[in-house]
Amino acid sequence: MTNYKAITGGEAVAEAMRQINPDVAAVYPITPQTIIMQKFADFHADGLVETELVPVESEHSAMSCCVGAAAAGARVMTATCSAGLALMWEMLGVASGLRLPIVMSVANRAISAPLNIHCDHSDTMGSRDHGWIMLFSENGQEAYENMFIAVRLAERKDIMLPVMVNLDGFITSHGVENIDVYNDQVMKKFVGENKPNKPLLDIKHPVSYGPLELPDYLFETKYQQIPSMEAAKKAYLEIGKELSQITKKEYGFFETYKMDDAKAVIVVINSTAGTVKRVIDQLREKGKKVGLLKIVMFRPFPYQEIREALQNAESVAVLDRAASFGANAPLYGEIKNAIYDLKKRPLLYSCLYGLGGRNIFESDIEHLFNQLLNKGLEEVNYIGLRK
Amino acid sequence: MNIKELALNLEKNRKLEAGHRSCSGCGFPQIVRAVLASTDKPIVASCATGCLEVTTSIYPFTSWNIPFIHSAFENSAATIAGVESAYNGLKRKGKIKDEIKFVAFGGDGGTYDIGLQSLSGALERGHDFLYVCYDNNAYMNTGIQRSSATPYGASTTTAPAGKKHFGKAQFRKDLVKICAAHNIPYVAQASLSNLMDLTNKAQKAFSITGPKVLLVLQPCTLGWGYPMDKTIELAKMAVETKFWPLYEIENGKYKLNYKPAKDVPIIEFIKMQARFKHLLKPENQQIVDKIQQNINFEWEKLLKLCE
Repeated sequence: MTNYKAITGGEAVAEAMRQINPDVAAVYPITPQTIIMQKFADFHADGLVETELVPVESEHSAMSCCVGAAAAGARVMTATCSAGLALMWEMLGVASGLRLPIVMSVANRAISAPLNIHCDHSDTMGSRDHGWIMLFSENGQEAYENMFIAVRLAERKDIMLPVMVNLDGFITSHGVENIDVYNDQVMKKFVGENKPNKPLLDIKHPVSYGPLELPDYLFETKYQQIPSMEAAKKAYLEIGKELSQITKKEYGFFETYKMDDAKAVIVVINSTAGTVKRVIDQLREKGKKVGLLKIVMFRPFPYQEIREALQNAESVAVLDRAASFGANAPLYGEIKNAIYDLKKRPLLYSCLYGLGGRNIFESDIEHLFNQLLNKGLEEVNYIGLRK
Repeated sequence: MNIKELALNLEKNRKLEAGHRSCSGCGFPQIVRAVLASTDKPIVASCATGCLEVTTSIYPFTSWNIPFIHSAFENSAATIAGVESAYNGLKRKGKIKDEIKFVAFGGDGGTYDIGLQSLSGALERGHDFLYVCYDNNAYMNTGIQRSSATPYGASTTTAPAGKKHFGKAQFRKDLVKICAAHNIPYVAQASLSNLMDLTNKAQKAFSITGPKVLLVLQPCTLGWGYPMDKTIELAKMAVETKFWPLYEIENGKYKLNYKPAKDVPIIEFIKMQARFKHLLKPENQQIVDKIQQNINFEWEKLLKLCE
């Protein structure tokens, strides 16, 4: 049975938070994330959640509060983007280093300067090595569903890592869609109860969180994050399988669209995948063998699976909505790593697009596919840039 | 409680254990023990990055016999706010039964400077916790750098006294009044030398619901430059010279807790410490005079507030 609500992607994330009913949520405004937390604040005001809402004075304190609350033994959430995520930078590493299962949604927005409130992925890509599991969402429905996977993933005892659920700022966060909001009780049962590990509030068993570790111990402690992050891949598939019993959907590290015989492939993250799918449908009608690989899980990065998925492609364009100045763009670099071991590698191109919310049109993607099929691309390309 | 009972209580209440690695003569272990011994309820502590944290929680050891969390430098208040919020949430859901107290520690760098915003936010939101600043007048953990709590004229490694400059050229920030301006129920200033007063203040703070701030002077052997057996004497001289008045603000009402019997000039405090030794040169007499004038001015102001 479906229960469609015409709501924005941001509100869809808030609906997930309502159903998850976290013990503590830290709230601080930043455009375009605010749409998430203010909707959640509405739920709180109406008594629909039992959450302790902490209206902090900065994102740094938002994540600090989440760290304290999660260490205390609470199920904890917050949301941010852009400058807010940047201000949290220090605390992101503390959250993962202390192995705290915090879940945070990020309505992706450009990092300053220049100041810009619109979508790109420079915020989240700048935080990609902080030890957070990173999930991405093509649309509001995926963001909503990712939130449930995120809670389960974060709290698994073999993982115990924070999870970031990304959705495109404005495009997804403020775009109204028909969101299938699943049954409250079913979703509540799906996330289950948080069973904290060595919480601060277990006063009979006092523990010290956040010690000083010198060269004699730190390496071993940090090493433990590596297998746990790796374990998140298998755990994600297991949790996804469970969720699919409710949603009747499949959950993979990435989604492939018409890839079986595709010669030209676009690899992309978040909302642009929807536009690419539409163009693929049009080009397929004209007999062109084009396909899409849409990344859902960026950390841990599914190198092997992507390698297998791309092994029969002839040419691949990787679309990045964030630059890595002086280096390969973030996603392009990862895809390049992934295909290194292939005996016959596809031609690989980097395409930077959409910085600061610059639109990408169907015509751009159609043109790109045609260039891919005709192998007429530079190694690095800029889509929609006025030169 | 008399001084003997206080001593017994401190011996019994070893919530911060021995074996930590603070300097011989360091003032903060006694401050922390006195504060933690001032409540019979279970207590959870947070601590800013700094001397206290790095000397008491060197993995795989810990001196904390109570639940303890350190997360970063500027966020001891925000971190304990998270712990306290979790407690409220879980208690409301019936998952926790005990009544638990919350305390956040920070040095002056982590409180006056980098942690001021986080502290202000937590005070304004009204979390039920006690914030204790152990004020040693500089960034001692990183090697004696100037903070906004460093006194006028003191030499630090980032505002050193030299041929042209005499050390810090600004007076201290008034943290007690900044905290009081948040209209919180209790703010107090205490000194390690007056342990009974410090204990009374901590006990009172723990009995009050809402945010409380306790600012305690902590002499630092390395940063101030004095022999390690003189810590209590230094703290006492700070009080006697009125450099560090003992007072409290309860629900907006000022109260002076101790009035020195006679006027002891600030030079008596200054001359005990290497950080001020350049002030003993005749050409720097005007600096000493300026410090004395400021102390007189602040003392008169305080007396008026306490009327």
